[in-house]
Amino acid sequence: MMNLRRLCLVFLLVFLPGDALAVGEPASRIVLSPEIVESLRSARVMDRAAAIESLGNAPSDQAFTLLKALQEGALYVSRDNNELLVLDENAKSGEFVISGETIPVTDKDGLRKVGTSNSQRERISSLLSARMLRHPDANLRRRAVAGLLSDAGRIGAQDKPLLLALLQKETDEDIRQNLALALALLAASDAAAAPDELIGAAALLRDNALPGATQALEKLKSSEHAGVAAAAGEALEHKKIVAEWAAMLETLFFGLSLGSVLILTSIGLAVTFGVMGVINMAHGELIMLGSYTVWGLQQVFPGQPGLALVLSIPAAFIVSGGMGMVLERLVIRHLYGRPLETLLATFGISLILQQMVRTLISPMNRAVESPDFMSGMWRLTSSISLTCNRVYILCFCLAVFALIYAVMHKTRLGLEVRAVTQNRAIARAMGVNSARVDAMTFALGSGVAGMAGVALSQLTNVGPNLGQSYIVDSFMVVVFGGVGNLWGTLSGGLILGLANKFLEPFSGTMLAKIILLAGLILFMQARPRGLFPERGRAAEN
Amino acid sequence: MLRERVFNTSTRLFTSCTAAFAAVIAFCALMPEASAVHLNNHVVSLLGKYLCFALLALSIDLVWGYLGILSLGHGAFFGMGGYVMGMYLMREIGNRGMYANAELPDFMVFLNWKELPWYWTGSDSFPFVCLLIVAVPGLAAFVFGLPAFRSRVSGVYLSIITQAMTFALMLAFFRNEMGFGGNNGLTDFKSLLGADIHSQGMVVTLFALSALALIMAYLVCRVITTSRLGRVFIAVRDAESRARFIGYRVEYVKLAAFVLSACIAGIGGALYVPQVGIINPGVFSPLFSVEMVVCVALGGRGRLYGAVIGALAVNFIKTWFTTAFPDIWLFFLGALFVLVTLFLPEGLAGLPTALRRRLQGKTP
Repeated sequence: MMNLRRLCLVFLLVFLPGDALAVGEPASRIVLSPEIVESLRSARVMDRAAAIESLGNAPSDQAFTLLKALQEGALYVSRDNNELLVLDENAKSGEFVISGETIPVTDKDGLRKVGTSNSQRERISSLLSARMLRHPDANLRRRAVAGLLSDAGRIGAQDKPLLLALLQKETDEDIRQNLALALALLAASDAAAAPDELIGAAALLRDNALPGATQALEKLKSSEHAGVAAAAGEALEHKKIVAEWAAMLETLFFGLSLGSVLILTSIGLAVTFGVMGVINMAHGELIMLGSYTVWGLQQVFPGQPGLALVLSIPAAFIVSGGMGMVLERLVIRHLYGRPLETLLATFGISLILQQMVRTLISPMNRAVESPDFMSGMWRLTSSISLTCNRVYILCFCLAVFALIYAVMHKTRLGLEVRAVTQNRAIARAMGVNSARVDAMTFALGSGVAGMAGVALSQLTNVGPNLGQSYIVDSFMVVVFGGVGNLWGTLSGGLILGLANKFLEPFSGTMLAKIILLAGLILFMQARPRGLFPERGRAAEN
Repeated sequence: MLRERVFNTSTRLFTSCTAAFAAVIAFCALMPEASAVHLNNHVVSLLGKYLCFALLALSIDLVWGYLGILSLGHGAFFGMGGYVMGMYLMREIGNRGMYANAELPDFMVFLNWKELPWYWTGSDSFPFVCLLIVAVPGLAAFVFGLPAFRSRVSGVYLSIITQAMTFALMLAFFRNEMGFGGNNGLTDFKSLLGADIHSQGMVVTLFALSALALIMAYLVCRVITTSRLGRVFIAVRDAESRARFIGYRVEYVKLAAFVLSACIAGIGGALYVPQVGIINPGVFSPLFSVEMVVCVALGGRGRLYGAVIGALAVNFIKTWFTTAFPDIWLFFLGALFVLVTLFLPEGLAGLPTALRRRLQGKTP
C-alpha cells in the first residue's frame, strides 16, 4: 500500500507535464476512464484505491470535485441507470458526473452511496492538499503550505520529492520560504541527511516561530556532528531570546490595552469627580448607558454592526451626556458644597438607572456584535500578533483623551470650568455663569463615560451590572493620578494597567490585583495627593 | 457630672427605646407558638442582623460624623470580626462536619490540607476568640491608620484607599489558599459554646446580646464624643490645620477614633455571623461598605443615633420591598436616597427638627 502511494507520487512528479500545474479551466469536463468509473461504481470499498490515486493525479477540476465528494460521502450511484452522481450540500439535487445533468432528489432510496474506508479518506485528504499545493492561485497555494506547516507531523520523508519539485517551480517568495521550511523540518527528522543540509536547516529554523521548529532543533542539537550541534544550539539560543522579547512586547501591549480601558472608564470620572468634586457613584451606570446605546443602534441597523458602532460613538455621548445634564439639573445642582452627600444621591441614582435598564430592556446580558474590522489579529512578526479590537480601543482612548484635554484647555468652556473649580465666588464675580458651567461640565464628563461604554461593549458582556465592575477601579485611577489632573488620570491608568500585566506572569491574576491595591495604599502614604497633586500655597495643600 | 454630660434627652430616649424594643422582641419570641404575638426564630435572627448592621453604622458615624473621615472600607473590620467568630464556630463543628474530621473544617479536608494553618491556632478557645474579635480589627485599623494619618492622607484620598483595602481583602479572601474557605466562606455552623445555634434560647440570647452591644457601644461613643477628646474630634473635623497649629497631634486623635471604631465594627461582625449562619468574602465587597455609609448618611450623621436609625430603616425597607415589590424595589430605594439628600440634608434623624422649623415658619 505504502509502496503504491510512493510510486504514485513519484509518477506524479516525474511524468506530470509542465502545464499540469495550471489546473484545467472550469469548463473542461474530461471523460473519465472506464476503469475509474467502474471502480467507483463497485460495491467493494477496496476496489476504490486505484481510482482514488488516478483521480488524485488527474489535473481536471472534475477530478477534484469527485475526490471532495468521495471524502464527504456525497457521491452516489443511481440505482435506475447505474450512473454516478454528486449530491449538493443540502442533498436536494444531484448532478450526474458524466452527463452534467442536474436532477432534483427527494429521497435517497434510489441511490447507493459510494463508500470509502478510513485510510482511503485520509489518502484523499493528503491528495487534495497536494493538489492545493499545485494550485495556480498563489493565495490558495500559500494557505495550503501554511496548513502543511501548522500540521508538521503529517509531512513524511515520502513527501520530500514533491516539496523539492514544488520549490523549484515556485515563484512566490512567501511560499518558497515556507516550502524551504517544510524541507528543513523534514531534513531534521531524517537520519540520513548530510551535515551541510542539516546546518542549512538549522539556519532556516532559527528564524521561525513554528512550534515544530524548536522540536526539530532540539533533535539536531543532540546530533553527533559537532558543527550541526553547534548551529542548532546557537539557533535555539536565538529563538529563546526572540521568544523572551516577544513575551515582553506582548505583556507591554496587554498592559497598554488594560491601561487604555482604565483611562477610558476613568477619564469621565476625572471630570465629574476630579474637577467638580462630585463623588459620582453613578459613573458606572453612565458607562453602561453608553454600552446599551451600541446595542440599541445595532437593533436599528441590523446586519451593519460596523455602521452602528461608529454611529454610537456620538450617540452614546449624547445619551449619557444628556442623562448627566438631567441629573445635574435635577439633583446634583442642589448639593454643591456638600461633596459627601453627592455620594448618597448618586448612589441612589445608580440604583435607579440599573433598575431602569432591567425593567425597560432586560435583566439579562445583551449580545453586542463585533464588526469585522474589530475582530481578527494584526500580525507584526511571526511571533507577535495583536488583537485588532484592543489596538482600536487604545487609539480610541488616546483620541478621547485628546478631545477632553482640548476642551478643558483650549476652549472658553474649559477656561470657565477651571476658573469655577479654583474659585467659584471670584469666577462668578468675573461674570462666569457658574450654573451653566456646572451643567456643561457634568454633561461632558457623563458623555465621555458613555463613549467609554462604546469601547467596553466590544470587550465585555453588556448587562445592567456592567458599570459596577468598573466603578471601583475608576476611582482608584483618578485618585492615584491626582484628583483634578487629566495627565494624572492618563499616566495613572497606564501605570496601573502596565503594572498589573507585568505582575501577572509572576503572581497570577488575583494576586497581581491584590499587590497592586496594596501598592496603591502604600503609594498614597508617600504622596497623599496622588501622582500630580494640585499645587497651592494654602496650608491645606 | 458624667451623668449629666452623657445622658442628654436623646441618649436617654435612644437607650430606653432600644432596651424596650429588645425586651419586647425577646418576650414575643419566648411566648408559646400558639400565641398571637409569637415571633419565630427567623424573624428574631433577622432583627438581630439589623442590630449588627446598626453597630457597623454607629462605628462609621463615629469617624465620619465626628472626625470627617469618610471610610469606604469599614466592612473590612466588620468582616474581620465576623471571620474570627466564624473560625471559632467552624472549630465547634468538630466531627459533625460532612467529612467527620474532628480537627479540620470541611473545606480544608476538601482541599486536602493535612493540618490547620498557624493562624487558626487558638481559634477553639472562646475567651481567646473574644479577645481577637476586638484585637484583629483594632490592630488592622492601627496598622492601616498610623502611616495614613501620619502622612496626612485625608479627604477623598483616604476614602479611596480604605476602599482599596477592603477590595484587596475581598480578592484575597476569595482565594482558597488563604485558608478561610474561599468563595463559599465559613458556614454550616452547628453550635456555640456547646448550645445548638438554631435553638430558640440561642437565637434570643444572640439577639439580646446584639441589642446590649449596641447600647454599650452607643454609650461608649457618647462618653467619648462628649469628653474633651470629643471636642478635639470636632475641631479636627471642622478645621484640621487649625487644630494642628494649636498643638494637637491630629494624627493620633484620628488614629484613636479609627481604631475604636474598627473594634466596634468587629464586634458587630462577630455577632452577625452566628445569627446569619454564614460569612463569606461578600462582606469585604466595596459595595457593602458604601451601602453602610449610605445608611449613615440617610439616618443623619454626627448624631450616633442617626446612624442606627439609618441602618435599621434601610435594611428594614430592603427586606420589605424585596418581598413586596421584587421587580421595582431598587427604584424605591434609589429614590429614597435621592429624596432624603435633597430634602432632608440632616437625614431622617433631622426630620423632627426640620418639621418643627417648618411649623414655626422659620427658614433654616
